[in-house]
Amino acid sequence: MGRMHRRARWLPGIFARLAKAAVLTACACISACKDPVQTRREPAEGAAARGLVAIKDAGCGSCHEIPGLDWPKGRLAPSLKGFDDVGLIAGQLPNRPEVLAAFVRNAPLVKPGSTMPPMPITEQEAQDIASYLYGIDHD
Amino acid sequence: MIDALWGWPPPVLDPAGPYAAKVTTLAWSLFALGVIVTLIVIAALWAAIKGPPRVQAMLGGERAIWIGGVAFPGIVLTALLIWGLTLTATLTDPIEGDEMRIRVTGEMWWFRVQYLDDQGRVIMEDANEIHIPVGQPVLLELESGDVIHSFWVPHLSGKKDMIPGRRTLLLVEADRPGEFGGVCAEYCGAQHALMGFVAVAHEPAAWREWRDARLARLAAADGPIETELDIARTAADNSFDAPADALAIEAERAGAISPLPVPVATGDAPLGRRLFMDVGCAACHRVAGTEANGLAGPDLTHVGSRLTLGAGILPNHLGTMMGWIGDSQSIKPGNRMPSYDMLSAEELEAIALWLEQQK
Repeated sequence: MGRMHRRARWLPGIFARLAKAAVLTACACISACKDPVQTRREPAEGAAARGLVAIKDAGCGSCHEIPGLDWPKGRLAPSLKGFDDVGLIAGQLPNRPEVLAAFVRNAPLVKPGSTMPPMPITEQEAQDIASYLYGIDHD
Repeated sequence: MIDALWGWPPPVLDPAGPYAAKVTTLAWSLFALGVIVTLIVIAALWAAIKGPPRVQAMLGGERAIWIGGVAFPGIVLTALLIWGLTLTATLTDPIEGDEMRIRVTGEMWWFRVQYLDDQGRVIMEDANEIHIPVGQPVLLELESGDVIHSFWVPHLSGKKDMIPGRRTLLLVEADRPGEFGGVCAEYCGAQHALMGFVAVAHEPAAWREWRDARLARLAAADGPIETELDIARTAADNSFDAPADALAIEAERAGAISPLPVPVATGDAPLGRRLFMDVGCAACHRVAGTEANGLAGPDLTHVGSRLTLGAGILPNHLGTMMGWIGDSQSIKPGNRMPSYDMLSAEELEAIALWLEQQK
């Protein structure tokens, strides 16, 4: 009876010590690490809004499902849900805004053999569309 | 895109011709009358609650009901009915008989368009687009191939039903050039909402030029069927300069779609032509001058010059053409054309490219 009483008293002490150690370790880890690398691009508000209009006008939805576009939701080509987290553009090209804009406007030029044909959009519209695509937030 | 329902001013209140102007006058008059009646009712209600006892007694009397509840609406509504019915009757009357005639047939879910000569013979076929000259009435013969549809270009006139087994007539006239959206205005099945078209009004000279070019194209197609197509693509100006004005923007857009500085190995229009005949397209679609002679679907003789695809719902370019051929069922579920996703990307692009060349 007495032994059990003693155990009951020192057990919480162990937990408290463990908790303290854990907190200290966590603090040490956090202060030792840098902030996570910011890979997410934050496009200008106006550019993204213009981009969505250009997407509608060019009919991109005929082949792609694009968040923010109610219709059409084509399935011939890859869905662009979660495009903000995509790695290589079209599985091949470096993921940089100027490359994305060039691809959107004239895909076969930057990726020979691409299924996606050239689009009747201006360079400015292509940049705006790239801004919109980088701004898709589908987490 | 040319939309028949959106924009400012809304197309229903923005007449582009005398027939639509009449409808707009009627619409505004009805609206104004509605406002006046609403104001009278509010005033009467206020007087009945807060007004002097003499007025309250008057409003509560039997006489007020006979005058305000029976005589006034009876007279006003009868007058409106007579005015409205006679006005809508003038939308198809008088028909002189020498108007240019276009037959438009509603199909699930697109519009078959046939231009008629003065003998009523079909001289050219098209789909989802009517081209008319400015400043002259055009008589539309409206028919249906399946169920009841309704033809409506808010800018040009009122609605007119397209009834199976009957021919209804509608006069349209544009007093300025422009592209005016139209829709089917009678529920006709799953894709009723995606059944649209465009009415294009040209200056008379430009319209005659347009017609002559089309007739020349058809006359050229009248001989032996062409077997090889020249798809020489010239070098493109693909400069990325900032656009200066609307025209420059248009030019830049066009520059991006037409020929590329680097030849595209897959853009094989002759292959597209062969595939069009072989994989089944030709069974439903006609292209003048080729062995494709199907009548079930839209005539594609001039599809490359159309403003829209899929019956007024998509812009028309190589990309949307590929998307439509490859997977039209995602875009317009239930439409009569199957998705050709059994074709490869090269084959899709080849067919689309060949079709875009059919001007």
